[in-house]
Amino acid sequence: MKLTLWTYEGPAHVGAIRIAASMRGVHYVLHAPQGDTYADLLFTMIERNGERPPVTYTTFQARDLGGDTAEIFKTAARDAHLRFAPDLMLVGASCTGELIQDDPGGLAEALELPIPVVPLELPSYQRKENWGAAETFYQIVRRLTPGTDRPELTDNVPTCNILGPTSLGFRNRDDVVEVRRLIESLGIKVNVVAPLDASPADVARLGAAHFNVVLYPEIAQTAASYLKRRFGQPMTSVTPIGIGATEDFITEITALAGVARPAKHRDASRLAWYSRSVDSTYLTGKRVFCFGDASHAIAAARVSRDELGFNVVGLGTYSREHARDIRTAAEGFGLQALVTDDYLEVERAIRDLQPELVLGTQMERHIAKRLDIPCAVISAPFHVQDCPARYSPQMGYEGANVLFDTWVHPLMMGLEEHLLAMFRDDFEFNDTAQPSHLPRTSTAPATAPPPAETQPAVAMTETPPAAGLITIAVPSWSPDAEKELGKVPFFVRGKARRNTERFAREHGLATITIETLYDAKAHFSR
Amino acid sequence: MTTLATAPRTQTQRTVLRERGQHEVFCGLTGIVWLHRKIQDAFFLVVGSRTCAHLLQSAAGVMIFAEPRFATAVIDERDLAGLADANDELDRVVGELLDRRPDIKLLFLVGSCPSEVIKLDLSRAASRLGERHGPAIRVLSYSGSGIETTFTQGEDACLEALVTAMQPTEKAPPAASGPDQLLVVGALADVVEDQFRRMLEDIGIANVAFLPPRRNSGLPTVGPGTRYLLAQPFLGQTAAALERRGATRIDALFPLGVEGTSAWLHAAARAFGISPDTVERVIRAPAARARAALDKWRSELEGKTIFFFPDSQLEIPLARMLSRELGLVPLEIGTPYLHRDHLEHELALLPASAILSEGQDVDRQLDRCRDAAPDLTVCGLGLANPLEREGFTTKWSIELLFTPIQGFEQAADLAALFARPLDRRTALKV
Repeated sequence: MKLTLWTYEGPAHVGAIRIAASMRGVHYVLHAPQGDTYADLLFTMIERNGERPPVTYTTFQARDLGGDTAEIFKTAARDAHLRFAPDLMLVGASCTGELIQDDPGGLAEALELPIPVVPLELPSYQRKENWGAAETFYQIVRRLTPGTDRPELTDNVPTCNILGPTSLGFRNRDDVVEVRRLIESLGIKVNVVAPLDASPADVARLGAAHFNVVLYPEIAQTAASYLKRRFGQPMTSVTPIGIGATEDFITEITALAGVARPAKHRDASRLAWYSRSVDSTYLTGKRVFCFGDASHAIAAARVSRDELGFNVVGLGTYSREHARDIRTAAEGFGLQALVTDDYLEVERAIRDLQPELVLGTQMERHIAKRLDIPCAVISAPFHVQDCPARYSPQMGYEGANVLFDTWVHPLMMGLEEHLLAMFRDDFEFNDTAQPSHLPRTSTAPATAPPPAETQPAVAMTETPPAAGLITIAVPSWSPDAEKELGKVPFFVRGKARRNTERFAREHGLATITIETLYDAKAHFSR
Repeated sequence: MTTLATAPRTQTQRTVLRERGQHEVFCGLTGIVWLHRKIQDAFFLVVGSRTCAHLLQSAAGVMIFAEPRFATAVIDERDLAGLADANDELDRVVGELLDRRPDIKLLFLVGSCPSEVIKLDLSRAASRLGERHGPAIRVLSYSGSGIETTFTQGEDACLEALVTAMQPTEKAPPAASGPDQLLVVGALADVVEDQFRRMLEDIGIANVAFLPPRRNSGLPTVGPGTRYLLAQPFLGQTAAALERRGATRIDALFPLGVEGTSAWLHAAARAFGISPDTVERVIRAPAARARAALDKWRSELEGKTIFFFPDSQLEIPLARMLSRELGLVPLEIGTPYLHRDHLEHELALLPASAILSEGQDVDRQLDRCRDAAPDLTVCGLGLANPLEREGFTTKWSIELLFTPIQGFEQAADLAALFARPLDRRTALKV
């Protein structure tokens, strides 16, 4: 039993729903109690899908448990086939369905439906969402590519499949457009994209390609490894996020396709020039913390260091399946990777490291908000506001432009930062002044908690987090030191306060004087 | 499966459509989202699966609290394989939790589908943990599982557990053997609770208590002198538990709209032998204010048709208020469960033309909704965007639980909730 407050991943069957919701002509009959239908709103609310995910939940109740829950499943599967006429049916159980051991696979087989039925065995008490999605995609691929013969490659043009994009994947929809454009510009044809927008018939054609692009290893690795064994199709290993990775990706796929690698083009993405422009000087050495699924977190760390000139101070993931990858990557940064799905552990790490920018998931955004640190979201799980209306891929050259904008904008801008440091008591720009673009009506004190972030579903009032979590004796501030602290620009004042208090504690000082403040400043300066 | 049955005891013998199929509803765990805000020193520990944790996170939709006052003890395969005694594990998790959160005074162990299926006895665990951590911390248990509870039934189960913990009222002196306490039952927004308390006191009922209390220490007493008044229509089990403790229910409409609120207050006064004139004097101003405010919305909403998917169990009193005070025309009123005893007066006031349905087969109901083509559809979050996409105007039902809608001062807010989606549709030119 593990105490869990917020979770990074849903249960394994939600991963399966993501695959069903990504594809066309697939229906999932899920043996599950009522309440499990909440999963629908992930798709209709976070991603604003105009259709319910193609799932029939049996919604059995306690009174059914003594009776025939198997019959309820069979009726649901039969009705779903009649009503939705899918080309392929997935059948399985949620965590509670698993406990009543009705064997949805066997029951569905007995119905002798005239379509392929793929039974899913997703151990709910062991595995999580991404694993469930990967396993489901693999089972579908395996089922739809029977036999031993590889379909003939009729075209002379090299072809590939793009594997891994899904519904509720972070910016997957736009990444597919960007990566497809990139691949086609190199004279390589895209055979099938799956699972996003693929039909079972499309999946059956996967063998008719020279190689597979693993867009998103968390989802596609299992299926791509199978296809490698099955058809001898090689697969890519680079996730093309950032300019460097995009260049590596081009090198990799042109080699796989046997086509000429075009010369690197300096201005393929604006990121390279923007990052070199003098205005970006202030980005140098900004301390950044990266956390997310493994592929996005690793990519973020590389872009941070090599393309924006940040200093990566922390790197981690919630996906234990990819612990090895992230540990290897972290070593390259001289760091020890943080592999945990405990949100409080991540918060502790961020609090201790005091980064100037957090690149993370929805969870880290909340953590960063509380700690008053700028943040950008780079990975699932995400919020409705991370499904922008505009085109905003993460991959390829355009993706690099998007990264520059979304990671740099939360930071204080160039000369502005210096001006603020010079004129500390600026009467217009200080911690009590309103931002210039807001009406001067509200007078929220600087100590007010950050505004509650509400999904439209729920509006609740913010209350301060419960006290009493950590109690460490805090050295007291002398009035002079407190006043001097007030001269530190407000956006770094919290950090200055924490550093000084830490310094005082470490040196056994009960009172903080002006001297202590500047001793601490010298001590912590890079 | 669809059956037709006749609801007994209503003035008009009303036909109820009963369905068994996919229920597109939340489970009782969802109640934690508002109950943990209401009882400010309570912690809700769900003993369940990753699905339970994910549901709570998704239904709440907000993660504004560093450490929310709810969490899930996620059962893993070791617990199922019997390698770890689930009870020892639970004790360990609770110990860990209480060490971290010394501010917690009331701990609910909340049962889930998996804990019910593996028959983990949480009531025994609660009494064991109560002995260990009490009396500073009260430990109670209830089930919010989807196999037993639908959405708001979770609040019913929680309040039922609280009733078992209420102390008996000390014996009243023989002279005063009549009602000695009014207990208002059902979670209300604090602002609504304060308004009701003021009015009830002005009417002359001195001893008014609320369940759930805002803090553990405020848990009211109960006894034969207790008259209880339901503020929410989904509290069947809680009511039964109160009756077992000697309390008597005051039969009334639910306090939605001017009519409902007036009737509700009158019923309370009647039970305490207070004259209707006194009530009228107290409610004259707020009722007139509410009527005037509702008038502004009536012209806009009158004649519009409305279709309710089953969700919060508020559907019937809402349909009554919307049809009688705003002129909306309910086509189908779906409810997860129809508690006839508590809704008898409400049912009698519904227009005869409305179809009542209990339970759900969501696909069939969607077919009926499309055929009926209502002006406004009240449904859960899973259905709202797909229906909007098909061109229907929708109102999310969950908002009705999270918004103060009871009482006179909130009547117009309630109307506004239903008018806003229609206004928006009219305003948008894209």
